[in-house]
Amino acid sequence: MQQNAFSSEPIVSLRDVQKSFGPLKVLDGVSFAVDRGEVLAIIGRSGSGKSTALRCIDRFEKVDGGEIVVCGHRVDRPDVNLRALRQDVGIVFQSYNLFPHLTIEQNIALAPCAVKKMATGQAKELARKVLAQVGLEEKLHAYPEQLSGGQQQRAAIARSLAMQPKVMLFDEVTSALDPELTGEVLKVIEQLAADGMTMVMVTHEMGFAKSIADRIVFMHRGKVHETGPASILTSPTTPELIQFVGTGNLKS
Amino acid sequence: MGGHLNVNHLIFLGHGALWTVGLSVIALVGGGIVGFAIALARISPLKSVRLASAAYVQLVQGTPLLVILFLGYFGLAAIGLQVSPLVAASASLTLYVAAYLGEIWRGSIQSVPKPQWEAAEGLALSRTQRMLKVILPQAIRIATPPTVGFMVQIIKNTSLASVVGFAELMRSGQIVNNSLFEPFVIYAIIAVVYFAMCYPLSLFSQRLERRMGRGRVNLAPA
Amino acid sequence: MSIQLDFPAVLERWPSFLGGAVLTLELAALATVLGALLGTLAAVGRGTHSALIATACRIYVEAIRNTPLLVQIFLVYFGLASLGLKFSAFTVAVAALTINVGAYTAEIMRAGFEAIPRGQIEAAEGLALSRVQIYWHIILLPAVERVYPALTSQFVLLMLASSVCSQISAEELTAIANYIQSDTYRAFETYIIVAVLYVVLSLVMRAGFWGLGLVLFPRRRRLGTPL
Repeated sequence: MQQNAFSSEPIVSLRDVQKSFGPLKVLDGVSFAVDRGEVLAIIGRSGSGKSTALRCIDRFEKVDGGEIVVCGHRVDRPDVNLRALRQDVGIVFQSYNLFPHLTIEQNIALAPCAVKKMATGQAKELARKVLAQVGLEEKLHAYPEQLSGGQQQRAAIARSLAMQPKVMLFDEVTSALDPELTGEVLKVIEQLAADGMTMVMVTHEMGFAKSIADRIVFMHRGKVHETGPASILTSPTTPELIQFVGTGNLKS
Repeated sequence: MGGHLNVNHLIFLGHGALWTVGLSVIALVGGGIVGFAIALARISPLKSVRLASAAYVQLVQGTPLLVILFLGYFGLAAIGLQVSPLVAASASLTLYVAAYLGEIWRGSIQSVPKPQWEAAEGLALSRTQRMLKVILPQAIRIATPPTVGFMVQIIKNTSLASVVGFAELMRSGQIVNNSLFEPFVIYAIIAVVYFAMCYPLSLFSQRLERRMGRGRVNLAPA
Repeated sequence: MSIQLDFPAVLERWPSFLGGAVLTLELAALATVLGALLGTLAAVGRGTHSALIATACRIYVEAIRNTPLLVQIFLVYFGLASLGLKFSAFTVAVAALTINVGAYTAEIMRAGFEAIPRGQIEAAEGLALSRVQIYWHIILLPAVERVYPALTSQFVLLMLASSVCSQISAEELTAIANYIQSDTYRAFETYIIVAVLYVVLSLVMRAGFWGLGLVLFPRRRRLGTPL
């Protein structure tokens, strides 16, 4: 790893990560890596630790042991520069978490202005651009509550994009949406993948994971049981994944 | 001149504290009865009754209690109606408390969910039956925490009766101070006594509110 | 017994009444601004990790909310005097009212802070906002918008409660009324006029806060819904 620190370094790497909530071991030696431009999908049952693993990457959870390197930041260390880390990493949540008191434009412009000291005019320009990217230009001046769930989630993606992150994390971003609204969000993510964005996503949408992910990580009880291309879903080898794909999770 | 604070002074203050409790009870009972009528009047089917009760609430809630007390004491005396400080204070506090309790209770009655009213109507209950059997039992649960909270305001507000010469706790303190002239010490003692009366009620109100699972802030006329 | 009311005899003192009303507004405005600052600080203090600061703020809030304003005013008045500090009655009144309304503001603001969902803060952290930026944009401003109606009602109550300052002879509406009634022997008429003036003042304050709310909270202006 030391000999060539630049070109071949993965953007995200977890090595032997340990994490417990009280007596409950949620991450038990988790390792995986994401290369530039790669799309990685983490799948597993609820409670398998997949969301926790994702949140560790942006240090919303502190780990008990192991090593996490994200865009050169040692996330496992207590002295990690959180603000620098989070400028490099974008995160989109299941519950959108748009700021209800701000318009969509203000939601998007807030961080570029406050963190990157961008001029207001420039930030507004940027807001228009990223909203166009998710197909929501006409909602520039709307408040979050005036948008449907799918639109709110697309706006939240645009808000993250405006910080020009090197990698984006998606934490079950379609789980709170009605089935007819998930399509528009998935389409936006698909477009991002096509544009070469590095992405890590935790998802329940097996069909989507299969079609978009370059690699799939299957987690079960805090451990990574299988890693590989999307084809591992059609020919699983571990008994846990066989059972998981066999329970109808692959339907869509 | 008493010289130093002694047991007699403390007994005198204790007496005043008892009157504070007594006046608070009078204000709560009187204000509660009138306030309940106000609450019902505010949701009356008759527009004129609704308007009149709303005007009453607006007027009283827009006037300081101190001015209401002056009106009840000096004002009535000036137009030839001599009343004792106790009567003046009781009447003024009753009118004042009624306006606030009336609003708290109206809010509680109206926050019983609409389907409850409709269900009661669908069962062909009369308006009185709907109120007594369906709405009020639920409204009382909702109203209890803010009502207990408002009792703290009542106790504190009785201190203003001292201004018209009624010898409750505050006035007793002023009388003791006139002979000792140790204002800071005496008012500190009085503050502690008020705190001892109010704080348990505040805690109780907060606990009730938490048990009901709502984080409403209750407003308080200082 | 014939009851005779003579309002003209009292109403000819209208410049004094008006002056008193203005003084009351000044007193209330000063205490509102200072009390809002003090209360917000105390609310922030109650949420800090320092147990010492949090406890101190809690004691302040509970002590004030569970004792009468009249006692507080006398304590500030005689407390400052016993320290050998001489201030005008008006200054003492501002100080006492500030301390009083600060405690109520702290309680209201705390409820506002607690209503901010955890996800809002995480989203802001995810966008690399600093602690101060998060506190300002994501916690404080939305909290103020959410509790604005409760806050402004409290400030109107403060204006009414300021009448108690007449007891230390601070110059304001009730003190001036006391003076006029002892001068004219027309207590009933005087206090009726004063009551009307207070009702007008409270309506003016409500209207003012309503307008200010429209300026401060564009979201509320456009959608009309509470946050």
